Amino acid sequence: MSSLDDLYREIILDHYRSPRNQGELAPPAHRCEGFNALCGDEIIVYVSLIDEKINDIKIGGQGCSISQASASMMTEIIKGKSVSEAEEIIHAFKEMMDIYESELSGEEAGRSTSDIDLGDLEALQGVVKYPVRIKCATLAWNTLTQSFDEIQNSS
Amino acid sequence: MSLDVGIIKKDFPVLQRNINGKRLVYLDSANTSQKPASVMDAMEDYYRKFNANVHRGSYQLANEATAILEGARDNVRNFINANSTKEVVFTKNATEAMNLISNTWGRENLASGDAIVLTELEHHANIVPWQMLAAERGFEIRWIKIDDNGHLDLSDFDQLIDGAKLLSFAAMSNVLGTFTPVKDLTERAHELGLVVHADASQYTPHTGTDVQALGVDFLTFTGHKLLGPMGIGVLWGKEDLLDSMPPFLGGGEMILNVTKEGFSTNELPWKFEAGTPMVAEAAGLGAAIDYLSNIGMNEIRNHEIELTDYALGKLTSEFGETISIFGPKDATERGGVISFTFDGAHPHDISQVLDEENICIRAGHHCAKPLMQVLNVGATSRVSMYLYNDESDIDALVAGLHKVRNLFTL
Repeated sequence: MSSLDDLYREIILDHYRSPRNQGELAPPAHRCEGFNALCGDEIIVYVSLIDEKINDIKIGGQGCSISQASASMMTEIIKGKSVSEAEEIIHAFKEMMDIYESELSGEEAGRSTSDIDLGDLEALQGVVKYPVRIKCATLAWNTLTQSFDEIQNSS
Repeated sequence: MSLDVGIIKKDFPVLQRNINGKRLVYLDSANTSQKPASVMDAMEDYYRKFNANVHRGSYQLANEATAILEGARDNVRNFINANSTKEVVFTKNATEAMNLISNTWGRENLASGDAIVLTELEHHANIVPWQMLAAERGFEIRWIKIDDNGHLDLSDFDQLIDGAKLLSFAAMSNVLGTFTPVKDLTERAHELGLVVHADASQYTPHTGTDVQALGVDFLTFTGHKLLGPMGIGVLWGKEDLLDSMPPFLGGGEMILNVTKEGFSTNELPWKFEAGTPMVAEAAGLGAAIDYLSNIGMNEIRNHEIELTDYALGKLTSEFGETISIFGPKDATERGGVISFTFDGAHPHDISQVLDEENICIRAGHHCAKPLMQVLNVGATSRVSMYLYNDESDIDALVAGLHKVRNLFTL
């Protein structure tokens, strides 16, 4: 498999072409914008929480295949979870990006303590060979984290 | 082709480089140009044979270093047809040159109730310094809009400049390639008493620049886009205007005398050049200008018209309705810069796939986010050409774009 095929796995292209949970949520759902200063991509995450549970999540904005697919897959895995479960998933996803990086640089691998199954998201592992694209893959996730912070700070 | 690109390519060491067995196809010269060996030689020569601090030494080595710096200044003067080397100020880059204008002329002349006029084509370097100063001083920023072809919409130009103090605009757009009518705009603005600055960062590398014929008051550009090194830019200004301005950065070199009570400023252009200057970079810039002048700016411009025409034709015929090309359709009205979007593939993904073929183009907002908003896109792909590009580079691009198409087609 060429590294390009490794980056653009079929599942990623599928989420890019048919993004899940695209759209907006009306207030009181929380709205949070994230920017990738490098390429100008912009993502808007709408989250509706009921009793600390993610009742609904939608994604707006525009971006490349990696940022859009990552956002789409994120909504699928996050929806219906509690905020603390979601935070664990965010952590596991970021760890996946990170671990691969340290493997590449020859450091000790296997730092993952998480037993969370990331499912389709594993397909994004190919991204870490392209350092500038990690920002694309993590844009939605960072924006979701920011949403949680903002919600917590306002309550 | 007007130029023998095969021979020119050989002068650029980096263009000889293969990555993963594929030749380098460099189509990102609006971002930064590649450098001929003569530029690197001039810089290395300076450090190997002449290194000493300038304007201070009383020995031969220092005098030679000073002669290299001032010789490069005269080279620039000649290249842009300035009256005097007093009008040629070296800066770190074009961005610093524009910050110099805003911080000196701007701070002295702009206050609440005043207005300046920019255009929707501007690079952030000709926007943000003015926004920073406006936040402090409270003056108004007015915008000349663009039309559907990427030209300036001048239908309300008189109204926009009426009562304004400064007109500051790109002589060539770094995104659309549009050439703006510098001379005409300047003439009209002068009739209404405005000071005029042209950002020539994209213009001077690609076409002959004659500051006297253009008529502007300030002109700025950077060395690294015209075959020179990074780290040196130029502010050209009319002598009387530069004379009237307060200094920019304070320190050594820019003073005539310093006492405990205060200081007096040095003569032009050193008044604006505080601290030890970039002598090796000046030597490199001088060598770059020599290289360009040897080939001839008219020949370079003609070559770029031919190549841009070829590229526009090829992209349109190969990709038809699925490619959107921004800016003027006629290659004679634009520089060798082509921004486009491609149905079904984001610019970032396009450049990623092209990178696999060792083809370098830029993806993103090109430091022109207000223009991206006007074009109603988040990002574009941008191909930009120079004297070392030829049809084979465009053909490689087209082949690469077919790969993009195959990967991202539904």
